[in-house]
Amino acid sequence: MAKITLHNLAHSYNNDDNYALKSMNHVWEDGAAYALLGPSGCGKTTLLNIISGLLTPSSGEILFNDQNVTTKDTATRNIAQVFQFPVVYDTMTVRQNLAFPLKNRNLDANYIKTRINDIASMIEVEDILDKKAQGLTADIKQKISLGRGLVREDVNAILFDEPLTVIDPHMKWQLRTQLKALHKKLGHTMIYVTHDQTEALTFADKVVVMLEGEVVQIGTPTELFEKPAHTFVGYFIGSPGMNILPASINGDKAHINGHEITLAAGYEKHSGNMEIGIRPEFAQLSNNPSDLPITIKRIENVGHYQIIRAAHDTLDIDIIASESAEVSEDMQYVHFDKNRINIYADDWLVTP
Amino acid sequence: MKKTPNQKAWFMVLPVLLLVAFSAIIPLMTVVNYSVQDTFGNNEFFWVGLEWFEEILHSERIHDALGRQALFTLIILSIEIPLGIFVALHMPKKNGLWSSLCLVLVALPLLIPWNVVGTIWQIFGRIDIGLLGYTLDKMGFDYNYTQDSFAAWATIIIMDVWHWTSLVVLLSYAGLKSIPDAYYQAAKIDQASRWSIFRYIELPKMKGVLLIAVLLRFMDSFMIYTEPFVVTGGGPGNATTFLSIDLVKMAIGQFDLGPAAAFSLIYFLVILLISWVFYTIMVHSDKEAG
Repeated sequence: MAKITLHNLAHSYNNDDNYALKSMNHVWEDGAAYALLGPSGCGKTTLLNIISGLLTPSSGEILFNDQNVTTKDTATRNIAQVFQFPVVYDTMTVRQNLAFPLKNRNLDANYIKTRINDIASMIEVEDILDKKAQGLTADIKQKISLGRGLVREDVNAILFDEPLTVIDPHMKWQLRTQLKALHKKLGHTMIYVTHDQTEALTFADKVVVMLEGEVVQIGTPTELFEKPAHTFVGYFIGSPGMNILPASINGDKAHINGHEITLAAGYEKHSGNMEIGIRPEFAQLSNNPSDLPITIKRIENVGHYQIIRAAHDTLDIDIIASESAEVSEDMQYVHFDKNRINIYADDWLVTP
Repeated sequence: MKKTPNQKAWFMVLPVLLLVAFSAIIPLMTVVNYSVQDTFGNNEFFWVGLEWFEEILHSERIHDALGRQALFTLIILSIEIPLGIFVALHMPKKNGLWSSLCLVLVALPLLIPWNVVGTIWQIFGRIDIGLLGYTLDKMGFDYNYTQDSFAAWATIIIMDVWHWTSLVVLLSYAGLKSIPDAYYQAAKIDQASRWSIFRYIELPKMKGVLLIAVLLRFMDSFMIYTEPFVVTGGGPGNATTFLSIDLVKMAIGQFDLGPAAAFSLIYFLVILLISWVFYTIMVHSDKEAG
């Protein structure tokens, strides 16, 4: 187990100015579970491959504890990785699969035996230990490839590269829960790459949100929800995402198309493109003419709540209302909870 | 809705039936017809039953040819399959100019007609004007494929390896290319040795294409005719007289149509049988594993 430090790390695939990963500094704490969240092509897999040693960064350093491993290969870094689709050795039995990394390290046969039994009971494959890996279902294969990582006690970190992509939806939940339990039990540093916010938010202690090769926010699921540091985090996380509305900010007043909205605190003058961000959960339909006028486009009932798709002029605004909320004709306005309004300058959160 | 039985659809398969009849069944039946009759010309035939088959099955000449054939096929398979895999493993994996160039170079021998391959090696190996034969001869080696049966065998085997290893290479290469990078990465993480990577990742993933490669090479080499015929004509003596060459000698050289027909049928059945057994074993072992 190890603390992983990224120091001025950056990477470009062709060694030009087109950086897949822009310069970043970050410390992955020992024993924590992280999720790397972002849309396809945001550089999260690049970052993962740099950590695992499959890729050497074009600049910067990567440290495991205090040891510089930037140019070390995968094997010496002693990490485990679970890939997007299950990687198992088809011609081996489940037992041989689990033993493989230990055998290659020439460990004692008795030790290997007890270790495999431990891991097998942890990932619940005891009854199929002597079956050929070929022909097992994807979720069991994925468990085995996880097991191959866990079987080494001294592994520095376990990396997951969208490991549930090929798993059936009903098994996803189960595997995720199991993974979380294993993390609690074993306390490995885990880094989990995904583009699925549910996976990221349920798995991780801390979520690292990436956009275009840059880390835009690192935070707990609550922080990401309440105080998105970037408009992208706002609308990428949450369903539907945050309403982002262009506004002019003047002290503790915001103006959208001339309509005044009171803010919880006063803001200094910022240059750049100003926007306010408000989660649909904290927007409310109202019939008070002092609120922002809207027209309702449609209402989607998703079971235990309703999503009201509305618009002010050309700006789309989503509102989440409870299932029982009545939507009457005179509800032509939207009220924002002023304590929940975030202010953004050029997409980045600004504080009062 | 009640459907009225209508058998007219059978007419739809009639064209195919005719095509297959003329292309396969009728010619084959002709051979069967010859194999149970004797003729002294003038289009007069006598029924002889299974005599020709008995004769062929007990013929020492055929036994020898079969032995040579089996040995030849065994040798070229045991060279071409490992060599083909070896070359494929060392081909550049990344797509690019270099890998395209390699593919073209490797595929080149496959594009040369059998006759031409035979001619190339026939001339190449001649000790009077051939580059290979002349050089070997001048270096003091006793190389002469028209007189020495070992030299004749060596020439034909090297020629076949040169001509057909490419097929194994291409098939293996295709198999290797289909292995996702993640497998190699996982192997690195597991600290697998090069041999383990080959044994547990590459070989299992190549199994399907290798099965095809072995089958194709078996069938082709078991039926080889043109190349040895051009190079050695089956000689010296009968040293390189393989089954096909012997068959042609019998059918066209000696005009023994009856025995030749019986021979053809047995020959065909042997190839069919071995291919079937081989295929079944491979597929079965695959199922067992699954």
